[in-house]
Amino acid sequence: MMAQIQHDTDRQNLGAKKFAMWIFIFCSFMLFAAFSSGFIVYSGGKGHGLNVALPKAFLYSTIIIALSSVTMFLASKAANAMDHAKQQLYTILTIVLGLGFLGMQVYGWYVMTYQMQVFLTDPNASRSFVYVITFMHLLHILGGIIFLLFALGGSIKRIPQVKNIYRMDMSAIFWHFLDIVWIYLYVFLLLNSN
Amino acid sequence: MSTISVQDHGVHHHDGHGHDDHGHHHDTFLTKYIFSQDHKMIAKQFLITGITMAVIAMILSILFRIQLAYPDKAFPLMETLLGRFAPNGRLDPGFFLSLVTIHGTIMVFFVLTAGLSGTFSNLLIPLQVGARDMASPFMNMLSYWFFFLASVIMLASFFIEKGPASGGWTIYPPLSALPKAMKGSDLGMTLWLISMVFFIASSLLGGINYVSTILNMRTKGMDLWKMPLTIWAFFLTAILGVLAFPVLVAGVVLLIFDRSFGTSFYLSEIVLNGKVMPFEGGSPILFQHLFWFLGHPEVYIVIMPALGISSEIIATNSRKPIFGYHAMVYSLIGITVLSFIVWGHHMFVTGMNPFLGGVFMITTLIIAVPSAVKTFNYLATLWRGNIRFTPAMLFAIGLVSFFISGGLTGIFLGNAALDINLHDTYFVVAHFHLVMGSAAIFGMLAGVYHWFPRMFGKMMDDRLGYLHFWLTFIGAYLVFFPMHFMGLDGVPRRYYAFTEFESMSRWLSVNTFITWAAIMSALAQVAFLFNFIYSIFFGKKAPMNPWNSNTMEWTAPVEHLHGNWPGEIPTVYRWPYDYSKPGAEEDFIPQTVPLSETMSSNQEHDFEDNEIGLEAHKQWIAANRKNEEVK
Ligand code: HEM
Ligand SMILES: [Cu+2]
Repeated sequence: MMAQIQHDTDRQNLGAKKFAMWIFIFCSFMLFAAFSSGFIVYSGGKGHGLNVALPKAFLYSTIIIALSSVTMFLASKAANAMDHAKQQLYTILTIVLGLGFLGMQVYGWYVMTYQMQVFLTDPNASRSFVYVITFMHLLHILGGIIFLLFALGGSIKRIPQVKNIYRMDMSAIFWHFLDIVWIYLYVFLLLNSN
Repeated sequence: MSTISVQDHGVHHHDGHGHDDHGHHHDTFLTKYIFSQDHKMIAKQFLITGITMAVIAMILSILFRIQLAYPDKAFPLMETLLGRFAPNGRLDPGFFLSLVTIHGTIMVFFVLTAGLSGTFSNLLIPLQVGARDMASPFMNMLSYWFFFLASVIMLASFFIEKGPASGGWTIYPPLSALPKAMKGSDLGMTLWLISMVFFIASSLLGGINYVSTILNMRTKGMDLWKMPLTIWAFFLTAILGVLAFPVLVAGVVLLIFDRSFGTSFYLSEIVLNGKVMPFEGGSPILFQHLFWFLGHPEVYIVIMPALGISSEIIATNSRKPIFGYHAMVYSLIGITVLSFIVWGHHMFVTGMNPFLGGVFMITTLIIAVPSAVKTFNYLATLWRGNIRFTPAMLFAIGLVSFFISGGLTGIFLGNAALDINLHDTYFVVAHFHLVMGSAAIFGMLAGVYHWFPRMFGKMMDDRLGYLHFWLTFIGAYLVFFPMHFMGLDGVPRRYYAFTEFESMSRWLSVNTFITWAAIMSALAQVAFLFNFIYSIFFGKKAPMNPWNSNTMEWTAPVEHLHGNWPGEIPTVYRWPYDYSKPGAEEDFIPQTVPLSETMSSNQEHDFEDNEIGLEAHKQWIAANRKNEEVK
């Protein structure tokens, strides 16, 4: 029986899996680092500056995602306190804010294309970078929302607390990372916008 | 069904202990052989897929070698085999480029990245660090199936009308960015990109798992400095992959935008078929930066596991501790770090600022230092060893030989000034085929021969192994060595027929010679394939520890268990290289043997940070001295 128990903990390895999430974060950090270095290399060439005032929408989305980090934090706290109702409430709020962020980014593209005449296919690819970078970040956001849905589902189904916390932690690590990356990307684009 | 057999073995070895921990698996054929989450099965899947891909890529190379040897001759058989790709029995020039491209892609990524790391990291990481399985067996399974899918898509591109991608394995734009640029830039290129997306996903899933497993799931006593060098190599390889592949993703994403959505990241003013294209302002050099930022670490992703495998095999079969264990680890770390700052040596002739070229030249020459340290340590380990020439050992020694001859030419190429002459010639082809096409492949083959008993529970045939080794070893040198001279004479790579050029046509005889050597080496692989397949089914049954090796994988039962060890995982007490330790009864002491059982061979430095042990050791020495005096 002892062996059985040891074996089961060996099999689940939640700690090791959480660690895997951290490594994945390094991975996606490298992705965005590559995009920003690509941007720097490209815009270093003559006449390739961005020269666009970023639409206000990106500022709003920054605020939204920062807020969602707060709700994410509250959700984790509630989960640790075994307060399921609160955990679910804040998780849902985080998801909603995430979707709001997504909508706001798309609105940002809309403003750029239809009001500012800055197109994805601009001959100055510095401007295309804005679209590509936000697009790749949005893909991550979709992934983050899937994680959050898993955490929410687990909490509703009342899976064992260890697993509940594990799912919550996985989503939280990833979600905060997405927040920080976005702020980095936004500031990076702002600083390079002229 | 397999539950029952596992229990049976459990009974044999362990008096009924340990079946309850396996009772809850109910494997079906599908979960055992297809969607297996057991790292040992996944390792075998990677190996067999990798070997299959290697055979395919090798056949491709023979096809284009025939073209190079007989550029003006028609082979009706070719047309029968390849149809429209070889009209009138002569290879179509576009298809020639496709062959070169897919050969390179498959060999670098599918064989030497996935086939090598996928097989041996999967097999050895849990077994050598003492874990039941990977951190996430599910991700591990996904990793294999993404790889499989990527392989299928890559090969599928041979069956489309315009043929596979043909811009070279480095897929430089503009050829890769303009679907209409040539046949191979069209659907074939798209499939190449889709395939690589799955491939990268597979590599990342695998790599993340390897790192997490090594850092979190080592058994009791297995601190970092007790890990075998194989594990160190796989660990650092995985880190390289995790940090470098995302950068390729970035490069590929931008390429896809250029191809399909009309952006101009890599494209500037260009005229295509007499039509002016709308692109402006892009920079193809940007792609090269992104590509080689992955590309250079990638070549070390290929060689480091091979080096790790040889360290293990050379120490075991020299019956000596590896020379300079710490130096080996530090040079691996050095290679890992440095490999991120040398990518510019692939771009010396892109019009790069000569000062920047100088910087890349210096970093490149520095990376030769840890590489040389490793080489010297191999030689020092072999020096006066009690060498057993098993086939695995021969291949490991072969790796050292190729690594030296290929590494030396790297130093020529690393000089920004010399590279003006050598870039894009056969000299480069010779360099990387020796160091990667030969050394890394030899590492992989060494690993197969060495761990075959662990994978399949059977022994491979030695005599066929020797035949395979000598033919391949001699063949590889005959193929790649003459290429240096062609390169020095300025013969460029990737050309379809050198007879078209007055100054190069004299190399035709050499090309013919190389082709025949290549055919010989290719035939030699039949000996391996036969041996491999035959031994899986009819090989001699393997004992638990056929090479008298110290590492932990040989303490697990020959019959594969889900969870590797019945009952508890053994504890580790010592480093893995206690071979021929003075005073020991046998010439090897497995890592799982406690110091208290080997009093006669213990030495003071075995007791760092272990005062009680040291005390006991001193008492034992004192007591035994007295006995000596009495005698
Ligand atoms: C001893 C250290 C090494 C040095 C100094 C070195 C240097 C170089 C340089 C300067 C080039 C660029 C040549 C050119 O395109 O003009 C090159 C190409 C290459 N090297 Fe190495 N190298 C070393 C080791 C390795 C190893 C260990 C591998 C792989 C296992 C490797 C694989 C390659 C490949 C694949 C290319 C050609 C890529 C291409 O253009 O298709 N090299 N090397
Ligand atoms: Cu390189």
